[in-house]
Amino acid sequence: MSLFKVFDISGSAMSAQSVRLNTTASNLANADSVSSSVGETYRARKPVFAADLNQALSDRQESVGVKVMGIVETDKPLLKEFHPDHPMADAEGFIYKPNVNVVEEMTDMLSASRNYQTNVQVADAAKQMLQQTLRLGKG
Amino acid sequence: MAISFDKAFGIHQHALTARSSRAEVLASNLANADTPGYKAKDMDFQAALNQAQNNQGFSLSRTNQQHFAVEIAPPGMVQFRVPNQPDTGDGNTVDVQTERNNYMENALQYQASLEFLNGKISGLLKAIKGESM
Repeated sequence: MSLFKVFDISGSAMSAQSVRLNTTASNLANADSVSSSVGETYRARKPVFAADLNQALSDRQESVGVKVMGIVETDKPLLKEFHPDHPMADAEGFIYKPNVNVVEEMTDMLSASRNYQTNVQVADAAKQMLQQTLRLGKG
Repeated sequence: MAISFDKAFGIHQHALTARSSRAEVLASNLANADTPGYKAKDMDFQAALNQAQNNQGFSLSRTNQQHFAVEIAPPGMVQFRVPNQPDTGDGNTVDVQTERNNYMENALQYQASLEFLNGKISGLLKAIKGESM
């Protein structure tokens, strides 16, 4: 019954989108974390989505779920600011701020939550279809 | 005179099978709306219905656990959708609005087939019980 597979597929998308929401939350939370060296500074994290290859290689090829391949840190340059009075300033008077783009993170957040909602609705519609099938012939 | 369930239920039982596999394909499109490089797919409903009716397509039997599960669908079943937008930048061709509409439409058509089946079953029950229509 392929309707049961809909739950697996939308479920995988929901978990992938919630990983995306988690990384977005982490990025936004750390948007203002200041540090005194390049190595210690927080960098924006992004999940990498891929169609689930295992599922694609197994019995059916038509439908695949989503897999989070990993979470990567972006390579955008950090913000280096001259702030000699800052308590975290290094010997030369610089502080380092994360490369988090708040606007980008907000749009990512909206996109993730919309996609999550869509997948919930897909699973809900499949649930209704199955329930009606179970009631078949009961009048 | 025997009651033939195959004749009584007609095409609707096969339509349900085809509709539920289409739901799976469309759900996969919606799930992969943010996956780079994913290409949206859909099925040729006529071909899917024919397959459901005749059980075309074949799978190889597996005599060992390590064998690949090979299932060969009849040609022309699942095809890639022609995208509305030429390029979205990441190679993904899923248009969420289109897919959602198709998914809901497919679900309603599934329910319509269920209604038809329910009607047939209640008709058969009436015939069995000897009630008047």
